[in-house]
Order: sequence, then C-alpha cells, then structure tokens
Amino acid sequence: MSIRTPLGRARGLGSAKTGTDHWWMQRVTALALIPLVIWFVVSMIIVTGADHETALAFIGSPINAVLLTLLIIATFYHGQLGLQVVIEDYIHSKWLEVALILLVKGAAIFLGVASVYAVIAIALGG
Amino acid sequence: MATNNRPLSPHLQVYRPQLTSTLSILHRMTGIALALGTLLLVWWLIAAATGPTAFDNVQNFIGSIFGRILLFGWSYALFYHLCNGIRHLVWDSGNGFELKTAYASGWLVVVASIVLTVICWIAGYAMQGGV
Ligand code: HEM
Repeated sequence: MSIRTPLGRARGLGSAKTGTDHWWMQRVTALALIPLVIWFVVSMIIVTGADHETALAFIGSPINAVLLTLLIIATFYHGQLGLQVVIEDYIHSKWLEVALILLVKGAAIFLGVASVYAVIAIALGG
Repeated sequence: MATNNRPLSPHLQVYRPQLTSTLSILHRMTGIALALGTLLLVWWLIAAATGPTAFDNVQNFIGSIFGRILLFGWSYALFYHLCNGIRHLVWDSGNGFELKTAYASGWLVVVASIVLTVICWIAGYAMQGGV
C-alpha cells in the first residue's frame, strides 16, 4: 500500500497521461484551416479542368507551393487528431483501438509527406 | 474495474432528433468524409508530379459523372464542416451557448453551407465555360 494520497497521485496530468495538447492542437489547426481552405477552394475553381502545364504552373508558383504545403500539413494534422477521437469513442476493443489509431497516424504521415514531396518536386522541377 | 453493471445512458435512438444533435453528428460525419477526400488531393498532386498521362487520368476521373458527384459531396462536406467548425470555435471561446443563439447559428450554418456550395459550382462551371 502506498501512503500517497489520491490527490497526490492525480496531480500533474493524472490518469489521462496527457494534457490539453490534443484538444488545443485540434483548435489551432482548425483556425489555420479557415483561411487555407477558402484560398484552396477559390484556387481549385480557377484551375478546374486545367491541362497538365497549367496545373504545374499553379502548383509550382512559390506562393501557391507554400500555401499548399501549409494546407496539407494542417489538414493531415487536424484530420488525424479528429479521427483519433472518433476511434476512441466507438472502438471498444483496446488492441483494435490502438491498431486503428496507429494506422490513421501512419497513413496521415505517409500521405502528408507524399503530397508535400509532390509539391516540392513540382516547384523545384519547373 | 467492473464495467458490466454500471448505469448506462439511454441509447441515442430514444431521443427525438433535434437540429442541434443532427448538426453535431453531421460535423463528425463530414470530418470523416473530408479525411477520405484528402485521398483525391493526394492523387491529384502526385499525378501532376508524375507526368501528363497520370495527370490526365485524375482529370478524367474528376470530370466523369461519378467524379463530379463525389466532388459535389465533398465540396458540401467541406463547406458544412467549415461553417459549423467556426460555430464550434465560437463555442470554444465561451460564446453562443444560449438555446436561441445555438438554434440561430445552426440554421445559419445550414443555409450558408448550401449557398456557398451552389455559388462554387456555378463559378466552377462558369470558369470552364459551361457544363
Ligand atoms: C475548413 C476548416 C476546418 C475547420 C474550421 C474545422 C474545425 C473543426 C473543429 C472545431 C473540430 C472539433 C469539433 C468538436 O469539438 O467536436 C473538428 C473536428 C474534426 N475535423 Fe475539422 N475543421 C476543418 C477542416 C477539416 C478537414 C479538411 C478535415 C479532413 C481531414 C477535418 C476533419 C475533422 C475530423 C475527422 C474531426 C473529428 C470529428 C469529431 O470528433 O466528431 N476537418 N473540425
């Protein structure tokens, strides 16, 4: 038996093991996504149906390449945090929950890096 | 920990659906749809980096009837999630919780997301010079 009081054990981050970081980053990325998504939608309307050359010129221009990269990072960060909460809410088998969360995080990193790589390759290649 | 005999909240189905609860679950559903929709963006970018043939394949897919329906769904999901996300952020700042305000902002989200989607598709078709 420990002589530590329940309060002593619950101090710091307690049994949750983590603080408000997850919640906070979901809001920060949401805030960043508001202007980025508006810019993205307007841009997509303008390049809709573009041929390959026009698309390369759009993606590769410095300002668009930077904004696209930011959009990709914010989207996958935000989406991955959001899907984690959904999985935690509905999946009640512990191992499946952990496996799915790892899968979502892995996929977000893989797809995010692949997309950013594509943008950089186009920006530097053109 | 004994998990079997703890009191449980009633199943969601026993509640009459209300605007507020419907919009809440829609936020979750559109979030999941958007996460899947990122695949199209990833495909589009990688195809553009790969070359003209790969790029034509995505453009043909997006331009097909099926592609347009998917894109229409995603564009609505994006506008809904954007508008309702802003509503969430206002709540997070501690405002807008009065019942009347929550309903008013809810209806505003419904109308704004539909109007924005329609405007975008009209603008998209206008940019392309017709259907
Ligand atoms: C357009 C800008 C966006 C804003 C302002 C926004 C805002 C938010 C907010 C505030 C939440 C938390 C809701 C809650 O407390 O339950 C959230 C959840 C979520 N978002 Fe977004 N979001 C945006 C874009 C996106 C995009 C592009 C994706 C796709 C990757 C996405 C996927 C999700 C997911 C999966 C959730 C979790 C849903 C849940 O827990 O019920 N969001 N979003």
